[in-house]
Amino acid sequence: MTASDTIAATDLKGDLFAYALRLADDAAILGQRLGEWCGHAPTLEEDIGLANIALDHIGQARALYTHAAEIEGKGRNEDQLCFLRKEREFGNCLLVEQPNGDFAQTILRQLFFSAFMLPFWRKLMASQDATLAAIAAKAEKEATYHVRHSAEWTIRLGDGTVESHARAQEAVDILWPYTGELFEADDLVSRLVAAGIAVDPESLREEWRATLRQVFDEATLTLPPEGWFQTGGRSGLHSEGFGHLLTEMQYMQRAYPGMRW
Amino acid sequence: MTEKNTPLWEVFIRSRTGMAHRHCGSVHAADEEMALQAARDVYTRRGEGVSIWVVPSAAIVASDPSEKEEMFEPTASKIYRHPTFYEIPEEVGNM
Repeated sequence: MTASDTIAATDLKGDLFAYALRLADDAAILGQRLGEWCGHAPTLEEDIGLANIALDHIGQARALYTHAAEIEGKGRNEDQLCFLRKEREFGNCLLVEQPNGDFAQTILRQLFFSAFMLPFWRKLMASQDATLAAIAAKAEKEATYHVRHSAEWTIRLGDGTVESHARAQEAVDILWPYTGELFEADDLVSRLVAAGIAVDPESLREEWRATLRQVFDEATLTLPPEGWFQTGGRSGLHSEGFGHLLTEMQYMQRAYPGMRW
Repeated sequence: MTEKNTPLWEVFIRSRTGMAHRHCGSVHAADEEMALQAARDVYTRRGEGVSIWVVPSAAIVASDPSEKEEMFEPTASKIYRHPTFYEIPEEVGNM
Protein backbone atom coordinates (compact mmCIF):
# COMPACT_ATOMS: atom_id res chain seq x y z
CA MET A 1 0.00 0.00 0.00
CA THR A 2 1.42 3.36 -1.00
CA ALA A 3 1.21 6.46 1.14
CA SER A 4 -1.57 7.95 -1.01
CA ASP A 5 -3.64 4.74 -0.72
CA THR A 6 -3.38 4.96 3.04
CA ILE A 7 -4.59 8.55 2.98
CA ALA A 8 -7.48 7.63 0.67
CA ALA A 9 -8.52 4.75 2.93
CA THR A 10 -8.35 6.98 5.99
CA ASP A 11 -10.44 9.67 4.29
CA LEU A 12 -13.03 7.14 3.26
CA LYS A 13 -13.16 5.82 6.81
CA GLY A 14 -14.13 9.26 8.04
CA ASP A 15 -16.71 9.56 5.26
CA LEU A 16 -18.14 6.14 6.01
CA PHE A 17 -18.41 6.97 9.71
CA ALA A 18 -20.28 10.19 8.93
CA TYR A 19 -22.51 8.45 6.39
CA ALA A 20 -23.49 5.63 8.76
CA LEU A 21 -24.11 8.23 11.43
CA ARG A 22 -26.47 10.25 9.18
CA LEU A 23 -28.49 7.13 8.36
CA ALA A 24 -28.54 6.20 12.05
CA ASP A 25 -29.69 9.70 13.00
CA ASP A 26 -32.50 9.61 10.42
CA ALA A 27 -33.76 6.33 11.87
CA ALA A 28 -33.29 7.27 15.53
CA ILE A 29 -35.01 10.65 15.26
CA LEU A 30 -37.99 9.35 13.30
CA GLY A 31 -38.25 6.46 15.77
CA GLN A 32 -38.28 8.97 18.63
CA ARG A 33 -40.96 11.10 16.97
CA LEU A 34 -43.18 8.07 16.27
CA GLY A 35 -42.62 6.87 19.82
CA GLU A 36 -44.22 10.09 21.06
CA TRP A 37 -47.54 8.68 19.83
CA CYS A 38 -47.31 5.73 22.20
CA GLY A 39 -50.37 5.94 24.44
CA HIS A 40 -51.74 8.92 22.48
CA ALA A 41 -52.70 7.58 19.04
CA PRO A 42 -56.32 7.91 17.91
CA THR A 43 -57.05 4.18 18.26
CA LEU A 44 -55.48 1.23 20.07
CA GLU A 45 -54.71 -0.43 16.72
CA GLU A 46 -52.84 2.62 15.44
CA ASP A 47 -51.10 3.16 18.76
CA ILE A 48 -49.50 -0.24 18.37
CA GLY A 49 -49.05 0.19 14.62
CA LEU A 50 -47.05 3.42 15.02
CA ALA A 51 -45.04 1.96 17.90
CA ASN A 52 -44.16 -1.00 15.66
CA ILE A 53 -42.81 1.35 13.00
CA ALA A 54 -40.94 3.32 15.67
CA LEU A 55 -39.29 0.12 16.88
CA ASP A 56 -38.29 -0.84 13.33
CA HIS A 57 -36.52 2.52 13.01
CA ILE A 58 -34.89 2.22 16.43
CA GLY A 59 -33.63 -1.24 15.49
CA GLN A 60 -32.13 0.19 12.29
CA ALA A 61 -30.58 3.03 14.28
CA ARG A 62 -28.97 0.63 16.74
CA ALA A 63 -27.35 -1.42 13.98
CA LEU A 64 -26.14 1.73 12.18
CA TYR A 65 -24.79 3.41 15.33
CA THR A 66 -22.98 0.23 16.30
CA HIS A 67 -21.46 0.05 12.80
CA ALA A 68 -20.48 3.72 12.94
CA ALA A 69 -18.86 3.22 16.35
CA GLU A 70 -16.82 0.30 15.01
CA ILE A 71 -15.66 2.31 12.01
CA GLU A 72 -14.68 5.20 14.25
CA GLY A 73 -12.75 2.86 16.54
CA LYS A 74 -12.55 5.24 19.46
CA GLY A 75 -14.37 3.04 21.93
CA ARG A 76 -17.72 4.84 21.69
CA ASN A 77 -20.84 2.69 21.58
CA GLU A 78 -24.36 3.07 20.15
CA ASP A 79 -25.67 4.77 23.31
CA GLN A 80 -22.92 7.37 23.34
CA LEU A 81 -23.48 8.20 19.67
CA CYS A 82 -27.24 8.51 20.04
CA PHE A 83 -27.58 10.01 23.48
CA LEU A 84 -24.42 12.04 24.13
CA ARG A 85 -24.00 14.07 20.95
CA LYS A 86 -25.24 17.64 20.73
CA GLU A 87 -27.78 19.17 18.39
CA ARG A 88 -25.23 20.47 15.85
CA GLU A 89 -23.59 17.04 15.67
CA PHE A 90 -26.74 15.33 14.40
CA GLY A 91 -26.85 14.80 10.63
CA ASN A 92 -30.44 13.65 10.18
CA CYS A 93 -32.58 15.26 7.51
CA LEU A 94 -35.10 17.87 8.63
CA LEU A 95 -38.08 15.81 7.47
CA VAL A 96 -37.74 13.15 10.19
CA GLU A 97 -37.53 15.67 13.04
CA GLN A 98 -40.70 17.54 12.05
CA PRO A 99 -43.27 17.49 14.86
CA ASN A 100 -45.96 14.82 14.77
CA GLY A 101 -48.68 17.42 14.22
CA ASP A 102 -52.00 15.71 13.69
CA PHE A 103 -52.34 12.11 12.54
CA ALA A 104 -52.27 13.17 8.87
CA GLN A 105 -48.93 14.93 9.33
CA THR A 106 -47.42 11.86 10.98
CA ILE A 107 -48.68 9.62 8.17
CA LEU A 108 -47.52 11.94 5.36
CA ARG A 109 -44.09 12.38 6.98
CA GLN A 110 -43.81 8.58 7.02
CA LEU A 111 -44.94 8.23 3.42
CA PHE A 112 -42.49 10.87 2.14
CA PHE A 113 -39.64 9.25 4.04
CA SER A 114 -40.44 5.57 3.52
CA ALA A 115 -41.18 6.01 -0.19
CA PHE A 116 -37.61 7.29 -0.42
CA MET A 117 -36.03 4.75 1.93
CA LEU A 118 -37.52 1.66 0.28
CA PRO A 119 -35.62 2.08 -3.03
CA PHE A 120 -32.69 3.46 -1.01
CA TRP A 121 -32.32 0.26 1.03
CA ARG A 122 -32.77 -1.85 -2.10
CA LYS A 123 -29.80 -0.13 -3.72
CA LEU A 124 -27.74 -0.11 -0.55
CA MET A 125 -28.05 -3.90 -0.45
CA ALA A 126 -25.38 -3.85 -3.19
CA SER A 127 -23.02 -1.64 -1.14
CA GLN A 128 -19.32 -2.49 -1.07
CA ASP A 129 -19.61 -2.14 2.69
CA ALA A 130 -20.86 -5.57 3.75
CA THR A 131 -22.36 -4.38 7.04
CA LEU A 132 -24.34 -1.58 5.39
CA ALA A 133 -25.56 -4.09 2.79
CA ALA A 134 -26.72 -6.47 5.55
CA ILE A 135 -28.49 -3.71 7.47
CA ALA A 136 -30.17 -2.63 4.23
CA ALA A 137 -31.43 -6.16 3.54
CA LYS A 138 -33.21 -6.23 6.90
CA ALA A 139 -34.50 -2.66 6.68
CA GLU A 140 -35.87 -3.17 3.17
CA LYS A 141 -38.57 -5.54 4.44
CA GLU A 142 -39.51 -3.12 7.18
CA ALA A 143 -39.66 -0.18 4.76
CA THR A 144 -41.93 -2.16 2.45
CA TYR A 145 -44.50 -2.37 5.23
CA HIS A 146 -43.97 1.27 6.23
CA VAL A 147 -44.82 2.36 2.68
CA ARG A 148 -47.87 0.11 2.64
CA HIS A 149 -49.12 1.33 6.01
CA SER A 150 -48.64 5.04 5.32
CA ALA A 151 -49.92 4.79 1.72
CA GLU A 152 -53.14 3.04 2.73
CA TRP A 153 -53.75 5.65 5.43
CA THR A 154 -52.96 8.50 3.04
CA ILE A 155 -55.50 7.15 0.56
CA ARG A 156 -58.19 6.91 3.23
CA LEU A 157 -57.47 10.32 4.72
CA GLY A 158 -57.23 12.05 1.34
CA ASP A 159 -60.26 10.33 -0.13
CA GLY A 160 -62.17 10.30 3.16
CA THR A 161 -64.24 13.13 4.57
CA VAL A 162 -64.01 16.84 3.72
CA GLU A 163 -62.07 17.40 6.94
CA SER A 164 -59.68 14.46 6.56
CA HIS A 165 -58.97 15.53 2.97
CA ALA A 166 -58.23 19.11 4.05
CA ARG A 167 -55.94 17.94 6.84
CA ALA A 168 -54.10 15.50 4.60
CA GLN A 169 -53.53 18.16 1.94
CA GLU A 170 -52.38 20.59 4.62
CA ALA A 171 -49.92 17.97 5.88
CA VAL A 172 -48.57 17.55 2.33
CA ASP A 173 -48.11 21.30 1.98
CA ILE A 174 -46.43 21.66 5.39
CA LEU A 175 -43.99 18.80 4.85
CA TRP A 176 -43.23 19.21 1.16
CA PRO A 177 -40.42 21.80 1.61
CA TYR A 178 -38.55 19.24 3.74
CA THR A 179 -38.50 16.54 1.05
CA GLY A 180 -35.87 18.17 -1.18
CA GLU A 181 -33.14 17.42 1.35
CA LEU A 182 -33.63 13.68 0.84
CA PHE A 183 -31.99 14.07 -2.58
CA GLU A 184 -29.03 16.19 -1.53
CA ALA A 185 -25.59 14.72 -2.09
CA ASP A 186 -22.60 16.61 -0.71
CA ASP A 187 -18.96 15.75 -1.48
CA LEU A 188 -18.95 13.12 1.22
CA VAL A 189 -21.83 11.23 -0.38
CA SER A 190 -20.33 11.67 -3.87
CA ARG A 191 -17.01 10.15 -2.76
CA LEU A 192 -18.80 7.16 -1.21
CA VAL A 193 -21.01 6.74 -4.28
CA ALA A 194 -17.86 6.66 -6.44
CA ALA A 195 -16.45 3.98 -4.13
CA GLY A 196 -19.61 1.88 -4.52
CA ILE A 197 -20.47 2.25 -0.83
CA ALA A 198 -23.28 4.81 -0.80
CA VAL A 199 -26.44 5.28 -2.86
CA ASP A 200 -26.76 8.28 -5.17
CA PRO A 201 -30.03 9.80 -3.90
CA GLU A 202 -30.71 11.46 -7.25
CA SER A 203 -31.10 7.97 -8.78
CA LEU A 204 -34.14 7.40 -6.54
CA ARG A 205 -36.10 10.48 -7.50
CA GLU A 206 -38.16 8.96 -10.31
CA GLU A 207 -39.26 5.97 -8.26
CA TRP A 208 -40.06 8.20 -5.27
CA ARG A 209 -42.21 10.51 -7.39
CA ALA A 210 -43.93 7.56 -9.09
CA THR A 211 -44.85 6.05 -5.72
CA LEU A 212 -46.21 9.37 -4.48
CA ARG A 213 -48.08 10.08 -7.71
CA GLN A 214 -49.83 6.72 -7.56
CA VAL A 215 -50.84 7.16 -3.91
CA PHE A 216 -51.84 10.80 -4.32
CA ASP A 217 -54.00 10.05 -7.37
CA GLU A 218 -55.96 7.51 -5.37
CA ALA A 219 -56.03 9.83 -2.36
CA THR A 220 -57.23 12.78 -4.51
CA LEU A 221 -54.34 14.82 -3.08
CA THR A 222 -52.23 17.32 -4.99
CA LEU A 223 -48.47 16.90 -5.23
CA PRO A 224 -46.97 20.40 -4.91
CA PRO A 225 -44.66 21.77 -7.61
CA GLU A 226 -40.93 21.37 -6.95
CA GLY A 227 -40.52 24.90 -5.54
CA TRP A 228 -38.13 25.92 -2.78
CA PHE A 229 -36.74 23.41 -0.31
CA GLN A 230 -35.44 23.63 3.23
CA THR A 231 -31.91 22.43 3.89
CA GLY A 232 -29.39 22.20 6.73
CA GLY A 233 -30.04 18.98 8.62
CA ARG A 234 -27.07 17.10 7.12
CA SER A 235 -24.71 19.82 8.32
CA GLY A 236 -26.25 20.01 11.79
CA LEU A 237 -28.58 22.97 11.31
CA HIS A 238 -31.88 21.77 12.69
CA SER A 239 -35.37 23.14 13.20
CA GLU A 240 -36.65 24.80 16.32
CA GLY A 241 -38.17 21.77 17.99
CA PHE A 242 -35.07 19.60 17.61
CA GLY A 243 -33.44 20.63 20.87
CA HIS A 244 -36.59 19.70 22.73
CA LEU A 245 -36.66 16.32 21.01
CA LEU A 246 -33.05 15.63 22.05
CA THR A 247 -33.71 16.80 25.60
CA GLU A 248 -36.38 14.17 25.98
CA MET A 249 -34.55 11.44 24.06
CA GLN A 250 -31.21 11.95 25.81
CA TYR A 251 -32.43 12.61 29.35
CA MET A 252 -31.73 9.17 30.79
CA GLN A 253 -28.15 8.82 29.51
CA ARG A 254 -27.32 12.37 30.54
CA ALA A 255 -28.89 12.07 33.99
CA TYR A 256 -27.50 8.58 34.61
CA PRO A 257 -24.38 8.21 32.42
CA GLY A 258 -23.74 4.65 31.28
CA MET A 259 -27.14 3.50 32.48
CA ARG A 260 -28.32 0.13 31.17
CA TRP A 261 -31.36 -2.04 31.78
CA MET B 1 -63.95 6.21 16.39
CA THR B 2 -67.42 4.82 16.10
CA GLU B 3 -68.67 1.34 15.28
CA LYS B 4 -70.26 2.85 12.20
CA ASN B 5 -67.02 4.18 10.72
CA THR B 6 -64.75 1.45 12.02
CA PRO B 7 -66.66 -1.78 12.54
CA LEU B 8 -65.29 -4.75 14.44
CA TRP B 9 -63.35 -7.54 12.74
CA GLU B 10 -62.45 -10.95 14.17
CA VAL B 11 -58.82 -11.94 13.74
CA PHE B 12 -57.57 -15.46 13.07
CA ILE B 13 -53.86 -16.25 13.00
CA ARG B 14 -52.11 -19.34 11.69
CA SER B 15 -48.94 -19.80 13.65
CA ARG B 16 -47.22 -22.38 11.47
CA THR B 17 -47.73 -23.92 8.08
CA GLY B 18 -50.05 -26.91 8.40
CA MET B 19 -51.78 -25.65 11.53
CA ALA B 20 -55.31 -24.24 11.56
CA HIS B 21 -56.05 -20.53 11.87
CA ARG B 22 -57.03 -19.77 15.45
CA HIS B 23 -59.17 -16.96 16.72
CA CYS B 24 -56.99 -14.57 18.70
CA GLY B 25 -59.02 -11.39 19.14
CA SER B 26 -60.58 -8.50 17.28
CA VAL B 27 -59.73 -5.08 15.84
CA HIS B 28 -61.63 -2.00 14.74
CA ALA B 29 -60.98 -0.92 11.15
CA ALA B 30 -62.68 0.98 8.35
CA ASP B 31 -62.27 -1.74 5.71
CA GLU B 32 -60.66 -5.10 5.03
CA GLU B 33 -57.18 -3.85 4.09
CA MET B 34 -56.99 -1.69 7.22
CA ALA B 35 -58.33 -4.58 9.29
CA LEU B 36 -55.58 -6.83 7.95
CA GLN B 37 -52.90 -4.25 8.77
CA ALA B 38 -54.35 -3.62 12.23
CA ALA B 39 -54.41 -7.37 12.89
CA ARG B 40 -50.79 -7.65 11.75
CA ASP B 41 -49.77 -4.72 13.97
CA VAL B 42 -51.66 -5.86 17.06
CA TYR B 43 -51.43 -9.66 16.98
CA THR B 44 -48.20 -10.69 15.22
CA ARG B 45 -45.60 -8.57 17.02
CA ARG B 46 -43.79 -11.53 18.52
CA GLY B 47 -43.52 -13.71 15.45
CA GLU B 48 -46.85 -15.42 16.12
CA GLY B 49 -48.08 -15.67 12.58
CA VAL B 50 -47.50 -16.81 9.02
CA SER B 51 -51.04 -16.05 7.87
CA ILE B 52 -53.92 -13.82 8.97
CA TRP B 53 -57.66 -13.97 8.34
CA VAL B 54 -59.94 -11.08 9.21
CA VAL B 55 -63.70 -11.53 9.15
CA PRO B 56 -66.37 -8.88 9.81
CA SER B 57 -67.71 -9.65 13.28
CA ALA B 58 -71.19 -8.98 11.94
CA ALA B 59 -70.78 -11.93 9.56
CA ILE B 60 -70.48 -14.39 12.42
CA VAL B 61 -73.63 -16.26 13.34
CA ALA B 62 -73.50 -17.12 17.03
CA SER B 63 -75.48 -19.53 19.20
CA ASP B 64 -77.75 -18.00 21.78
CA PRO B 65 -76.43 -18.32 25.37
CA SER B 66 -80.00 -18.83 26.60
CA GLU B 67 -80.19 -22.02 24.51
CA LYS B 68 -77.21 -23.50 26.32
CA GLU B 69 -79.21 -26.32 27.88
CA GLU B 70 -80.70 -27.72 24.71
CA MET B 71 -77.54 -27.10 22.70
CA PHE B 72 -74.82 -28.45 24.96
CA GLU B 73 -76.09 -30.28 28.00
CA PRO B 74 -77.09 -33.51 26.25
CA THR B 75 -73.44 -34.16 25.43
CA ALA B 76 -72.27 -33.92 29.02
CA SER B 77 -73.28 -37.52 29.82
CA LYS B 78 -71.63 -39.10 26.76
CA ILE B 79 -68.07 -39.50 27.86
CA TYR B 80 -67.64 -42.42 25.46
CA ARG B 81 -67.38 -39.85 22.67
CA HIS B 82 -64.03 -38.64 24.01
CA PRO B 83 -61.17 -40.37 22.22
CA THR B 84 -59.34 -40.93 25.49
CA PHE B 85 -59.31 -44.70 25.03
CA TYR B 86 -56.80 -44.56 22.19
CA GLU B 87 -53.05 -44.26 22.27
CA ILE B 88 -51.95 -41.77 19.62
CA PRO B 89 -48.54 -42.61 18.15
CA GLU B 90 -46.08 -39.77 18.47
CA GLU B 91 -45.46 -39.66 14.70
CA VAL B 92 -49.06 -38.59 14.10
CA GLY B 93 -48.33 -35.21 15.63
CA ASN B 94 -51.01 -32.58 16.00
CA MET B 95 -54.59 -33.71 15.49
